[in-house]
Amino acid sequence: MSNHQNGRIVITGVGLTAPNANNLKEFREALLTQKSGITEMEIRYMGKVAVGNCNFDETLYQKKKMRRRGTRAGSISIYCAHEALNDSGLSLDSLVKDRTGIYLGITEHGNVETENEIYELHQNHLDTSLWSHHHNPRTVANTPAGEVSLNTGITGPAYTIGAACAAGNIGIIHGAQMLRLGEVDLALAGGISESTGTFGIFAGFKSQGALGTHEDPTKASRPLDVNRNGIVVSEGGAIFVLERLEDAEKRGAKIYGEIAGYHVNSDAVDFVLPETQRQIECMKAAIARAKITANDIDIVNLHATGTISGDENECEAINAVFSQSANTYVNCTKGFIGHAMGAAGALELAGNLPSFTDHKIHSCKYIENVDPRCNMRNLVNGEPVEKEVNYILSNSFGMLGINSVLIIKKYNK
Amino acid sequence: MDYQTLRQKIIDIIAEIAVDEDLSNIDDTVRLRDQLDLDSMDFLDIVMELKKRYKIEVPTEDYPKLATMKSCIEYLGPKFA
Repeated sequence: MSNHQNGRIVITGVGLTAPNANNLKEFREALLTQKSGITEMEIRYMGKVAVGNCNFDETLYQKKKMRRRGTRAGSISIYCAHEALNDSGLSLDSLVKDRTGIYLGITEHGNVETENEIYELHQNHLDTSLWSHHHNPRTVANTPAGEVSLNTGITGPAYTIGAACAAGNIGIIHGAQMLRLGEVDLALAGGISESTGTFGIFAGFKSQGALGTHEDPTKASRPLDVNRNGIVVSEGGAIFVLERLEDAEKRGAKIYGEIAGYHVNSDAVDFVLPETQRQIECMKAAIARAKITANDIDIVNLHATGTISGDENECEAINAVFSQSANTYVNCTKGFIGHAMGAAGALELAGNLPSFTDHKIHSCKYIENVDPRCNMRNLVNGEPVEKEVNYILSNSFGMLGINSVLIIKKYNK
Repeated sequence: MDYQTLRQKIIDIIAEIAVDEDLSNIDDTVRLRDQLDLDSMDFLDIVMELKKRYKIEVPTEDYPKLATMKSCIEYLGPKFA
């Protein structure tokens, strides 16, 4: 039995890449100034679609050869992991490599590589002897985390957590749990997505009637707008350095916030449709674990993907949980960056963390016509709100009915 | 096919795989692995490229014949013919 079971876990480093930024400072600035990262891209078999692609330097921390051998998800992970460690003030040399864990949430992995290889196979007249020997190592589900391990020499546990679009939160939750169990002394935890690399996810949402479109791609992702028409698929990543509070204080680390509460549950009703009641229960359980009340939450960052039913269900859940919470403000992030799938929860939390110190709540990407069914008290729409922030609650929900809620508290000794 | 032409074809393949390497000073008599950052996966890539580009099959038991540039050229020369 570990003696860390009730230990306080803090965030001491952030590394990220999003369609509109390549570090937290840029990301925060983009969210405060309404900067979209959504563009158009030609997708095989589909033509032009709105998409959120990242623009970080893939070779900053990785040799070209290893990039060629690995995956986009691995490359995003390597970039974010190095950026997070740099931000935390920790050097690779200073890490106790076998006591460091890498826990990355993913919506899916391997679809991009498989689709591209099947395309190549057709170009090669279905000659499977030309099928790449890289296929298996590129498509095993632990690849994004494993590539970070190979790149950094970290020898502790390195694996991914498949949790659809709830995965970003769950990567962080899992990292905190492993620190509390004493399995590791430092965790690189967050979420990753490379989903824009294949047509399949776009075509799937289109067939489902849930692919976001607009003649102006920067308006294709418009959660809570009465005219929203679906999801804009994005790639990206956010990795946090997590430590036990005593370790962070001992080394004088900068502390972004403390993991105060979390909860994960399942709808158990539908492959794709959300379930309001389970979302309500998930938020309430996370709030209870944090030993606070709903009114203590200063920011709720919605999952809000821009689908008709997803947004309505979540807003109904918010109105139920926060009906008495005059202190609570509500924002969402996907209008700026689209839906970064497994990275979404981690990225969206990162974008709100600076609220503890700059005392601002970033707005949603301006919603021209708020859907009356999504109208919530204190919805931040247009300009940032000036406010002291002590608690942030971040929702991330996913297909097959998985819900995750994470609450971060401002660090106080 | 003359030595230099064949050598260039092999260099072109290695350049695509060992993208970080300077290939301008390869010693043809020294093992490629001892002068370039190449591992077993890279050699599989080289074998695959030979097959894709030139339809040349290199059976597993012949992989040691790709050890140096000189041995590559001696081994592959008749296959290019």
